Amino acid sequence: MSGWPLWEVFIRPRRGLSHSHVGSLHAPDAPTALRNARDVYTRRQEGVSIWVVAAADITASSPDEKDAFFDPAADKVYRHPTFYQVPEGVAHL
Amino acid sequence: MTTVDELLALGDDALIAAQRLGEWCSRAPEMEEDIALTNIALDQLGAARLLLTYAGELGGAGQTEDDLAYLRDDREFRNCLLVELPDTDFAVTIGKLLFLSAHQRLRYEALAGGADEQLAGIAAKAVKESAYHLDHSSLWTVRLGDGTEESRRRMQSAVDGLWPYTHELFEGGDHRDAWLSIVEPVLAEATLDRPADGWAPTGGRVGRHTEHLSYLLAEMQVLHRAHPGARW
Repeated sequence: MSGWPLWEVFIRPRRGLSHSHVGSLHAPDAPTALRNARDVYTRRQEGVSIWVVAAADITASSPDEKDAFFDPAADKVYRHPTFYQVPEGVAHL
Repeated sequence: MTTVDELLALGDDALIAAQRLGEWCSRAPEMEEDIALTNIALDQLGAARLLLTYAGELGGAGQTEDDLAYLRDDREFRNCLLVELPDTDFAVTIGKLLFLSAHQRLRYEALAGGADEQLAGIAAKAVKESAYHLDHSSLWTVRLGDGTEESRRRMQSAVDGLWPYTHELFEGGDHRDAWLSIVEPVLAEATLDRPADGWAPTGGRVGRHTEHLSYLLAEMQVLHRAHPGARW
């Protein structure tokens, strides 16, 4: 078991894409976490940029609040952009 | 003009360093550090393979990288004594890597701009890896040196014990001042004392090694010698 704090790791696979969460690791401080992330998560050229965030600094939604948070969106289909026709041949949609 | 001995010195430094670092595999203090040290070991092994292959070509006797790695005896190895010393403590591993990678970075940097194009290619690849090894070992030296009373004691003890062996790195080279300008600030930031120069053991470059190398080679070479040509 590690006595080091937990860090969440975000990697940008290439320019133009956003950072995505890829996993977590233990490290004593932020610079070491960044280096550990480089060794653990980018060994096979998975990324061009890394963020590490102390897991303790993340405010997360609680599973107990799942109903209040997410269920109200379930029957509001008008929020989806499905009520207009997309012309033929439009790229990047 | 590149000589076989020059290539063996570079290649054997990397090969023996890789073998020692590999000993940490599954035994490092933390899983993340385990992966980092093994990555570094594989970097060193990759450089060693290229350098020994080139040494074999240049030697003209048709020796392959495997012949050179697995079928030479300790007297034929040209690595410095520093890399073969046993890693008796994590601080010793970090100290060895700091001193070696500072040296390797300077050597590879110079060779990358050298006249020998094949060697320049190998060095250009290796110099980026050395920069990372130096970064990793510097970070740990500072962390341990400027850490707890116990970690500082052990890091200082490692630096004191290894310092005499660093003199051998500069035989036939003139990069000690540049090396000191890398290493001394790291030691200072780590609040460690820079040891005084004195005893300077030597002999690795002509095949006179410490008693530790033959044990290391026995373990590294046993499979190939017992089953010549064995493959995965």
